[in-house]
Amino acid sequence: MGSEHSVEIRSLTRRFGEVAAVDDVSMDIRRGEFFSLLGPSGCGKTTLLRMIGGFELPTAGRIAIDGADMTDRPPYERPVNMVFQHYALFPHLTVEENVAFGLRYKGVDRKRQSAVVAESLALIQLSGFEKRLPHQLSGGQRQRVALARALALKPSVLLLDEPLGALDQKLRKEVQVQLKHLQRELGITFIFVTHDQEEALTMSDRIAVMNRGRVEQMDEAARVFERPTTEFVANFMGASNFFAARVRESAGGSLTLLLAAGGEVRLPMNGTRYRADEPVRFVVRPEKLDLRARDLSAHGVPSVAVTIEDRVYQGISTVWVVRDGAGERFVVYEQNEKPFEEASRFAVGGRAFLCWNPSHAVMMQPQAASS
Amino acid sequence: MTIQNPKPKIQNRISPAYPLVLPTWIVLGVFFLLPLTILLVISFAQRGTYGSLKPIEDFAQYVRSGKILANYARSLHPIYLQIFWRSVWMAVVTTVLCLALSYPAAYYIAVVAPARRRNFLLGLAVVPFWTSFLIRTYAWMFLLRTEGLINRTLLSAGLISQPLELLYNNFAVLIGLVYGEIPFMILPLYASLEKLDLSLLEASADLGAPRSSTFRRVTVPLTMPGIVAGIILVFVPSLGQFIVSDLLGGARTILAGNLIQNQFAVARNKPFGSAVAFELTAAVLTLLFVYTVYTRKKGQDVLL
Repeated sequence: MGSEHSVEIRSLTRRFGEVAAVDDVSMDIRRGEFFSLLGPSGCGKTTLLRMIGGFELPTAGRIAIDGADMTDRPPYERPVNMVFQHYALFPHLTVEENVAFGLRYKGVDRKRQSAVVAESLALIQLSGFEKRLPHQLSGGQRQRVALARALALKPSVLLLDEPLGALDQKLRKEVQVQLKHLQRELGITFIFVTHDQEEALTMSDRIAVMNRGRVEQMDEAARVFERPTTEFVANFMGASNFFAARVRESAGGSLTLLLAAGGEVRLPMNGTRYRADEPVRFVVRPEKLDLRARDLSAHGVPSVAVTIEDRVYQGISTVWVVRDGAGERFVVYEQNEKPFEEASRFAVGGRAFLCWNPSHAVMMQPQAASS
Repeated sequence: MTIQNPKPKIQNRISPAYPLVLPTWIVLGVFFLLPLTILLVISFAQRGTYGSLKPIEDFAQYVRSGKILANYARSLHPIYLQIFWRSVWMAVVTTVLCLALSYPAAYYIAVVAPARRRNFLLGLAVVPFWTSFLIRTYAWMFLLRTEGLINRTLLSAGLISQPLELLYNNFAVLIGLVYGEIPFMILPLYASLEKLDLSLLEASADLGAPRSSTFRRVTVPLTMPGIVAGIILVFVPSLGQFIVSDLLGGARTILAGNLIQNQFAVARNKPFGSAVAFELTAAVLTLLFVYTVYTRKKGQDVLL
C-alpha cells in the first residue's frame, strides 16, 4: 500500500439487518485531494464517511489511512477529524473551549493551546468570538467553529458530512469557495459528503457517485459531469436525454446506430466493443442539444425529427421540451444569445430537428434498468 | 461580548398565563404554606398535660423568659444533634448510592437500548410504584431477617454457619432508602440523558477523547440538570424518612423523621415535634434557595 493514498478502502460493506447500506466499495483517495461522495439520501455516502471516521464499524472489508490499517480502531485513535452535519458543537463550552477541546489529547501543552486556538479562529475569521457560546452564533459562524475545531488538530484527513446543508443558498455559495481555498492552502485531504451535484462540482477534484450502497462512477469532477457512464449518474447530473438505438455497424473508429425513433447516427467509438444489432442507449446533455429547422444528417450531423411540446423562457436561457417519433421526451437548454425575435422561431406544436455534435453523445454502460 | 438574555424581560411582564398559575398557588398555599405557618406557631408553645398546648398567661413574660424558644434550644441537645447528623449522613449516602446505581441504568435505557425497548425498560423502573411502599418495605424484612430468604439460602448453601445480622441496623435502613428512592433518581436522569445529542459524544471521540473523558467533559455537564433534579428528589425525602428506619432500623438507627413522628404520636409533645419538623423544612428550603441563587448567578437554566 503506497503512501500516495490518504485513504484506501477495500471491499467495504456495512449491513443494517438485511440491507447493505454500503455494498462492496473499494476506492483510493489521494493525498491532498478534495474528494466528494455524491448521491441521493440513503445511497450509503454518510455510512461510508462514518466508517472512515470510525463511528460505524464495517461488516466486511478494510480501511487504511496513511497506509496504516484503521478498520477496527475507535474514532479517537484515527488521524481524521469530522465536521458534523449539524456541527455538534458542545453547547456548554465557549467557542474557545470548543476549539481547544481535542488539543490535550494531541499532547499540546496549555501554553501552546491558546496559540493554536487563536490561529484556528483567525483562519476562519472568527477572532473576537472566543468567549461566546454556540447558541450566540449564527448558523454560518457555527459551521466555521466546527471547521476550526476539526482543523486545530491538524488531521491528515478531514471528513465533512453535508456541512453546508443548514446554510441558506447565498451563504452556501460563499462557503463552497472558501472551503475549496482552505483545502488548497492547507493541503489536507478533504472527503466531502453531499447530495448536491452542483456543490460537488464546484469544490471537488474527484467525485464518487453512489447509488444503493455502490459506487456508480468515480472520476474527475468534470468527467463525471461530461462523461457519465451509467443512466443513474447521467440522471443525477441533470442529463436525462436518453436515446435508444441498435448497433448497425462498428468499424473504422466510428459506430453507426439505428435510432429507435428512426434515422441513423454515427458516433465516435469509445473503446467498448459492440455486437451488431445490440441494443444500446446514449445520452446527450440538454445544453448540448440544438433545435434546427432543417435535417442536417446529410452533413454528418445527427438529426432527429421532433415535435415541440413546450417552451419555457427563463431569461438567460430557454428550455424546450420536445418529443420524438417514438414518444421519447427530450429537454434542450438554449442560451438566449440570439436576437429576441429569432429565439421564438419554433412554435409549440410545430416540428423541428434535434441536432448535436456526435462527440457529445455519451454511451451508457449496458446494465439492468436502474432507478 | 455578551448577548442579553431575553428571559428576564418576559418575566417582568405580567404573564397572560397568570390565571393558569393560580391553582398552583392555591394548592401551595393551602397544603404547604398554611400548615407550615401552623407548625411554626405551635413550635413556640409548650406541652400541656395530656399532650394539649399549655395556655400562655403572660405573653410578654413568655417571650422575655426565653420560653418561646425553649423547644429550639432543646433540639440542640447532643442526643438530638446526633439524630440530625445521622439523618443527614444517611440521606447523603442514600443519594450517592442512588446516583451511582441510577446513572448507568438511565444511560442504558436512554442511550444504549434500542428506541423501541425504552418505554418497556422505563416501565420496569416504575413498576414497584404499583405496590404500596409499606408492603415493599415489609418485603425487605422478610428478605433480611435472621430466618429470611437471604440467610436461609446462604445457610443451606453452606456459605455461612451462623445467620447474618442483616436487619435492624444502618445497612438495612440504607437498603430500604435506596430501594425506595431510586426511581426518583432514574426518571430525571433518563429525561436529561434522552435529550442528549449523541453526535456530541461522537464529536468528542472524533476530537480524540477516550470514553472516560467524553463522559466527564460532555455527558456529565450536559446532564447536570437531571443529576441535580435527582439529587433533590432523593435527598429531601430521605432526610425526612421514618417508615423505613422504623421497620428496618433498630433502636440505634432513629432518624429525624422518627423523632418527629415520636413527638406527635408517642410522646404527645406537639410543640417540640413542630420545632424539629420546622427546622428540617427550613434546612431543606435553605439548601434549595442557595442552589437556585447559585445557578441563576451562573446563568444556567434554573430548575426550581
